Amino acid sequence: MSTTQETTFQGKIDKGLKIEPRDWMPDKYRTHLIRQISQHAHSEVIGMQPEGNWITRAPSLRAKMVLIAKVQDEAGHGLYLYSACETLGITRDELISQLHTGKAKYSNIFNYPTLTWADIGAIGWLVDGAAIVNQQSLRGTSYGPYSRAMIRICKEESFHQRQGYEIMSKMANGTPEQQEMAQDALDRWWWPSLMMFGPHDLDSAHTSNAMNWKIKRETNDELRQLFVDRSVKQADLIGLKIPDPDLKWNQETRHYEFGEIDWDEFWKVINGDGFCNKERLNNHTTAHTKGQWVREAALAYAEKRNNGVNHE
Amino acid sequence: MNNNELPLWEVFIQPKTGAQFQHCGSVHAADKEMALQNARDLYTRRQEGTCIWVVKAEHIISSNPDDSESFFDPADDKVYRYPTFFKVSKKAKGL
Repeated sequence: MSTTQETTFQGKIDKGLKIEPRDWMPDKYRTHLIRQISQHAHSEVIGMQPEGNWITRAPSLRAKMVLIAKVQDEAGHGLYLYSACETLGITRDELISQLHTGKAKYSNIFNYPTLTWADIGAIGWLVDGAAIVNQQSLRGTSYGPYSRAMIRICKEESFHQRQGYEIMSKMANGTPEQQEMAQDALDRWWWPSLMMFGPHDLDSAHTSNAMNWKIKRETNDELRQLFVDRSVKQADLIGLKIPDPDLKWNQETRHYEFGEIDWDEFWKVINGDGFCNKERLNNHTTAHTKGQWVREAALAYAEKRNNGVNHE
Repeated sequence: MNNNELPLWEVFIQPKTGAQFQHCGSVHAADKEMALQNARDLYTRRQEGTCIWVVKAEHIISSNPDDSESFFDPADDKVYRYPTFFKVSKKAKGL
């Protein structure tokens, strides 16, 4: 690794220029990106499961159509991100295999179960809301293909958050049972949503390099604060209560102060002990394995046609 | 690990009639029909295009960014390729 190359590289980053796939980059920049983008891609794809759980039980045809479109978007977002990640020189097979062996992670949030229809509201509003805060920030990331994927995803994602908030506000203004369901969903999804931003800056193994290289543009804690500030007002508006006794407005900082996250739970779930870890991964592995013959057949067919045997 | 990953195709979309095609990402597909259908499902879910090109990624040749200075410098000293190079009277209209 030559220092000149490193200087040129850092110079580009400092000037706010994007790094493109064929540009020289430090190995650690490349591995950091592969880790981050693939985790992001896996999250989109695994995230289809908790919501897919409610497609057959959506309360109306409208709700069902919207949910199908949303889950389809999540698949799309996963694929944009795999596409960006593969420009770094890793194959799709390797990425999938890293997910299956546990070498690559996906967002912890998808290891929680979706118990009622209100959970679909809470996911759209809070989980997608948290994801949007993160993704809006990542539009400015230094790696070109990642940044372009983020821009595209942000455009599509705002419908997700609005559909979730619409469900929550309908239920929060509905029958007492519906109100209870909405509040219960908020109670269960609030803290895991805050965990989505990752450990505190001081405890985060990846923050420092990621900031110098402008892979990340804002820190975990900054983004989490932005999310809290937005969400508290949204909850107030539909009469739901954020489940945090320590939550209060600070007039000086003009931000909400909030209670400490249960980091034991965070690490427990990351390390495989969440409600749905096994199920989520098993479903993915099974679908991938069962699709093996389809890929083989499609390739065999393509090869046959290339050899001039055309049955059309 | 499987060794039957489907080939990679780059996707270009024409956002509206008359516009230039733009690269927007890639898809995996066994053949050209599947590549077109996958590209449609992935990149035009919201009417983003009027036409799609797919090209096998291995068929795309790129210049090398490391050589971009020497590769593009023939254009550096040819300011006369721009209209502002030429001094003409302000009174001359339609130029």
